[in-house]
Amino acid sequence: MAAMTREETEALIQEVLEVYPEKAKKDRAKHLAVNDSSLEKANKCITSNRKSLPGVMTVRGCAYAGSKGVVWGPIKDMIHISHGPVGCGQYSRAGRRNYYVGTTGVNAFGTMNFTSDFKENDIVFGGDKKLSKIMLEIEQLFPLNKGISIQSECPIGLIGDDIEAVAKKAAKETGKPVVPVRCEGFRGVSQSLGHHIANDAIRDWVLENRDGDDSFQTTPYDVAVIGDYNIGGDAWASRTLLEEMGLRVVAQWSGDGTIAEIEKTPKVKLNLIHCYRSMNYIARHMEEKYSIPWIEYNFFGPTKIAESLRKIAALFDEKIQAGAERVIARYTAEYEAVIAKYKPRLEGKRVMLYIGGLRPRHVIGAYEDLGMEVVGTGYEFGHNDDYDRTIKEMGNATLLYDDVTGYEFEEFVKRVQPDLIGSGIKEKYIFQKMGVPFRQMHSWDYSGPYHGYDGFAIFARDMDMTINNPCWKNIKAPWKNQVANDEALKAVA
Amino acid sequence: MALRQCAIYGKGGIGKSTTTQNLVAALAEAGKKVMIVGCDPKADSTRLILHAKAQNSIMQMASDAGSVEDLELEDVLKVGYRDIKCVESGGPEPGVGCAGRGVITAINFLEEEGAYTDDLDFVFYDVLGDVVCGGFAMPIRENKAQEIYIVCSGEMMAMYAANNIAKGIVKYANSGSVRLAGLICNSRQCAREDELIMELAKQMGTTMIHFVPRDNVVQRAEIRRMTVIEYEPEAKQAEEYRVLANKIINNKNFIIPTPITMDELEDLLMEFGVMEEVDESIVGKTAAAEAVA
Repeated sequence: MAAMTREETEALIQEVLEVYPEKAKKDRAKHLAVNDSSLEKANKCITSNRKSLPGVMTVRGCAYAGSKGVVWGPIKDMIHISHGPVGCGQYSRAGRRNYYVGTTGVNAFGTMNFTSDFKENDIVFGGDKKLSKIMLEIEQLFPLNKGISIQSECPIGLIGDDIEAVAKKAAKETGKPVVPVRCEGFRGVSQSLGHHIANDAIRDWVLENRDGDDSFQTTPYDVAVIGDYNIGGDAWASRTLLEEMGLRVVAQWSGDGTIAEIEKTPKVKLNLIHCYRSMNYIARHMEEKYSIPWIEYNFFGPTKIAESLRKIAALFDEKIQAGAERVIARYTAEYEAVIAKYKPRLEGKRVMLYIGGLRPRHVIGAYEDLGMEVVGTGYEFGHNDDYDRTIKEMGNATLLYDDVTGYEFEEFVKRVQPDLIGSGIKEKYIFQKMGVPFRQMHSWDYSGPYHGYDGFAIFARDMDMTINNPCWKNIKAPWKNQVANDEALKAVA
Repeated sequence: MALRQCAIYGKGGIGKSTTTQNLVAALAEAGKKVMIVGCDPKADSTRLILHAKAQNSIMQMASDAGSVEDLELEDVLKVGYRDIKCVESGGPEPGVGCAGRGVITAINFLEEEGAYTDDLDFVFYDVLGDVVCGGFAMPIRENKAQEIYIVCSGEMMAMYAANNIAKGIVKYANSGSVRLAGLICNSRQCAREDELIMELAKQMGTTMIHFVPRDNVVQRAEIRRMTVIEYEPEAKQAEEYRVLANKIINNKNFIIPTPITMDELEDLLMEFGVMEEVDESIVGKTAAAEAVA
């Protein structure tokens, strides 16, 4: 199918909006746009970070998901208490594939679920005493933990428990950081506020812990990787590149990260931001307070990787700049082979994305390296600054959809007829049943890593095996095949 | 006779618990089977019936036992003066937890455990001050109290609270069977108090079911943790509570209230001299500013 013109795309949006009642139509119209790469600011064309409409089947999460699930959860040597009823912690347990090195239950706790398991009594009488007791038990059962975070579920905010007081008392007793996080699920419009609240909690309860302590030996090449959650090993595939070019990665936020790394971050020379959406707040804070500059980078696909490596190196001396060139040269043969193998199989394929965080724009380059085109993209919980960064990455007249509804997404797909959709588990089976090849782009469909040169090879293989899977040819029932039917009728006649 | 469930609301400190217990004692004296359900974390709705400081509450005992499922009805239901059954929902100390949820949990427990037996004539819910959240509206939701009595006096804030409670009743009355059954005036000895409350009741679409005069015998009995009915049955005040009880037994005037507006309430207060005519020019002016002018 040929690319749609601006007029056709606009008409499509109007047509999709047609089913909504007047008020909903007015609201949703602001969230759907035709990309115009000439714009500087996205707020000219799209509205984001607003309350979802009831009944539209949004796939957004909550503030607790943003804090516990995204930012805090991957810090492996802390214990994160899901404070409230059991469900929030249990149903999100180990779901995000934040890989880590360590012995679970001894010195790492990533895939375990710690919860205060609230009951009626705790609601009526408050949960502070129970929380104190839990922290005491944690110290006895898991003495190698390096700290505790308290992740508030909804009822904590409703009944007004004083978790800050409990945290201070416990921290005094154990001598370890205890961090209360007010990430009650009802706060904000999506998980995005949870990221912000989690960043603020790190700022207020962790970041200053080693101020005035100069025992950590710094080098001029110290950097922190911020906003890489090591999904399927992403941070590992990224870290090696930075180290190969001569930088020293002091901290990983927060995939396979530790509380000590986070505490040492104010001592680095540069903060490298991968997921801007979930961690720009803390980067800005460190810039203000510790004068640490930060830059965004993109490790999806060789073009963006080379661009990012050079951009990072430019902020250091010639040694590092030479290092970046060396790294790029070293992997060139490798990624060229990947492209040579997969590009002929993927060339011209069209992709629609709908994801969170950074990926709706960051993975575009990786697809383009394989000769593919992203014809529609959108964020679950992005803000205007995300769309500002997206309009330049996307082709003209492509579709942008913010907090897309189940209905809109299906209708767009029916019309645009992409060769691949990259989205989440909630969308996966709907589109597969519609006969459209699908990859989960939150969890990498249990594959990965996708970051770095190593990740690109896996990414290319995964896209190929999904799009070119022979099953798609057999998806239509034989009796619904008009040509075959006609021939059969002729044969009978 | 079918079970009648009544809830007593009113401004904090107006005398709901004292009035309820004296009223219930009078009903019991008249041969009625009655249960009191205290819906206040302070748990002081049954002390005059049980001659106790404060009854062990459902929520406190549930907390001690582990959960509310671990309790039996006989653990929480106490029997006092003339076989009046008493339970207290209880709740947290001030400043922690959620007292409203405590009321909901306690009433659900009573229903599940079959506390509402067929031999009962009346259940009285004694609910704390204002209906601050859904929990304290629990007694007036579907299948609970159907008659609401509001205790008030001729003081402005008491009437203001009464009118607000009536607004709450309207919300539940439109979707269920709860009705306003009358105002009980617990006298503060204001001038023309009875006429004022009668007029307020009329405007709200109901009646002042009884005017309970002020009498020190109530306090004397209270010091002994007793109702007047029990402490000094021949006292004039005891007779007042008997009259109130009798009026409630025979009450058939159950209505959806028509709460009045703030302006109407102010007009009423001015008419009876409780409030001065509002001079719009002084609104928001400090004493210092007035002195300058």
